[in-house]
Amino acid sequence: MNMQGNIHSVKWWLYVLLIAASLALPIVVKDRYILHIVILICIWGISAQSMNLIMGYTGQANLALGGFFGIGAYATALLMLKAGINFWPALLLGALITALIGFLIGLPTLRTKGSYFAIGTLCFNVIVFIAVERWESLTEGARGVMGIPGPSPLPLPFGLSISLESLPAMYFLVLAFLLLTILVIYRVVRSLVGRSLMAIRENEDLSNSIGINTMKAKLLAFVLSTFLVGIAGGLYAVYIGFLDPEITSHHVTFEVLLFVVLGGIGTIWGPLVGAIVITILGELLHYLDAYRLVVYGLMLVLFIIFLPEGIVGGLRNLWAKATQKA
Amino acid sequence: MLETRQVSKYFGGLAAVSDMSFSIERGQIVSVIGPNGSGKTTLFNLITGVHQPTGGKIFAGGKEITHLKPFQIAQRGIARTFQHTTVYSQKTVLDNLIIGYRLRTRSGLLGVLFGTARAQKEERESVDNAREVAAFIGLEAKLEKVADILTQEEQKRLAIGLALATRPQLLLLDEPTGGVTDQEIGALVDLIGRIKDSGITLCLIEHKMRVVMSISDRVVVLNYGKKIAEGTPDEVSRNREVIEAYLGEGYHA
Repeated sequence: MNMQGNIHSVKWWLYVLLIAASLALPIVVKDRYILHIVILICIWGISAQSMNLIMGYTGQANLALGGFFGIGAYATALLMLKAGINFWPALLLGALITALIGFLIGLPTLRTKGSYFAIGTLCFNVIVFIAVERWESLTEGARGVMGIPGPSPLPLPFGLSISLESLPAMYFLVLAFLLLTILVIYRVVRSLVGRSLMAIRENEDLSNSIGINTMKAKLLAFVLSTFLVGIAGGLYAVYIGFLDPEITSHHVTFEVLLFVVLGGIGTIWGPLVGAIVITILGELLHYLDAYRLVVYGLMLVLFIIFLPEGIVGGLRNLWAKATQKA
Repeated sequence: MLETRQVSKYFGGLAAVSDMSFSIERGQIVSVIGPNGSGKTTLFNLITGVHQPTGGKIFAGGKEITHLKPFQIAQRGIARTFQHTTVYSQKTVLDNLIIGYRLRTRSGLLGVLFGTARAQKEERESVDNAREVAAFIGLEAKLEKVADILTQEEQKRLAIGLALATRPQLLLLDEPTGGVTDQEIGALVDLIGRIKDSGITLCLIEHKMRVVMSISDRVVVLNYGKKIAEGTPDEVSRNREVIEAYLGEGYHA
């Protein structure tokens, strides 16, 4: 019991330390390039968390994630540019639009299982890509959307506000959303709602037979997941300031899938660890150009054979063995 | 308690169950017996909404449940186990039994995100219920064991426990003693008796005649999807048609 208590407090200190370090980062690191990478890691971290919710915890391999990321990005950008809506409501509306489309797509696709669901959602991803590329009157097609304004100042009471124009401010914005996403998913998976999702992952028919409305539970996870990735897309749009159809493509889906699988599918920290490792690796291997995909492919194969639970899952098993022997 | 009226199920041209009318009275143990392929499991699947009947109606507690989905049937107090022992094999005994109570809880997304009083109360109820059921099925010492490493007989008990955790009024057991050794059957028969004593009505599919004859209040005999006999174990075992179809010429009660 004491041992468990110790581990618990060690964990808490680790979290406090991590959050303190992530808050102090822009003060210590002045390099704009590094800060840029860290901001991207946060945005992809949110996306990976979203995919982990539906794929890792609910067992439904949603291969339309890139499409939903793109929908969130385009929706937020176009609401700001064409409808002239302020960043904050645009971000929320963008995510809600993504979630609504998620609901409409989830309704038919979630009736299928396993690889059929994966194929169905992948097809939807391709449809999104083509629609964004061809619907020029709305999305500017292959030219892309340019000149997306940065995030508006964060309004505070008494007429005060915080400007989000600087790079460190942008970092704090995406970090806040990342931490919020992790908190939401942590609370969900530790609850009865999360237990239902994991029960469905393990055996959907059994879950149905013990009275769980599996369709409703899957749809809930799917819609929540698309809402979160819609937020990530919206943040990406205002950070980069430019969008082209490529950001909605299935390449994005598979990159996020790589984060989740390598980091540790079905673990709280895995997707973020995956996003950190792969993003940094991607930068280091930049000179390899497209050949770095070969490295990713090889890593994916090796991980699936030797470390199917990813980096975090592997470390957890190692830790379990070590504490058992002690 | 439960009544089927002229229920039929055709798979293509094959009648798996035809014109089946039978009823289960509250507080009884009813056994469904019959040779392999006589439609016993199909009958369970029809009652629990896994299959939709081709014709006929099913009632529970006087209300029609014919076209409900499996989860709705479970919510109406009818639980079941499967022929191939089915539990969440990667989960611990405790986690298995906790999720069994989910249908009696109502917490949704917002409730768990904000940790409302109801969500917390329901979490506690689920755990309490799980511990109570674990004690009832005799697995209280194995709460933290992953289901996969339990013995076949323990997994059978866990599968029954998972169904009991849903707090059913009627429990359908598909071959509760299938695949366990003769020595272990006694414990399962004892468990079934205690379930009946706790006020739950039971209906079981069973092949072991010794078990059927000793615990059943009534026996329903199926052959080729049709009910060929029904009555007390004594009556059924003296029925000539039953003896020929199922028990074999040489059987004497």
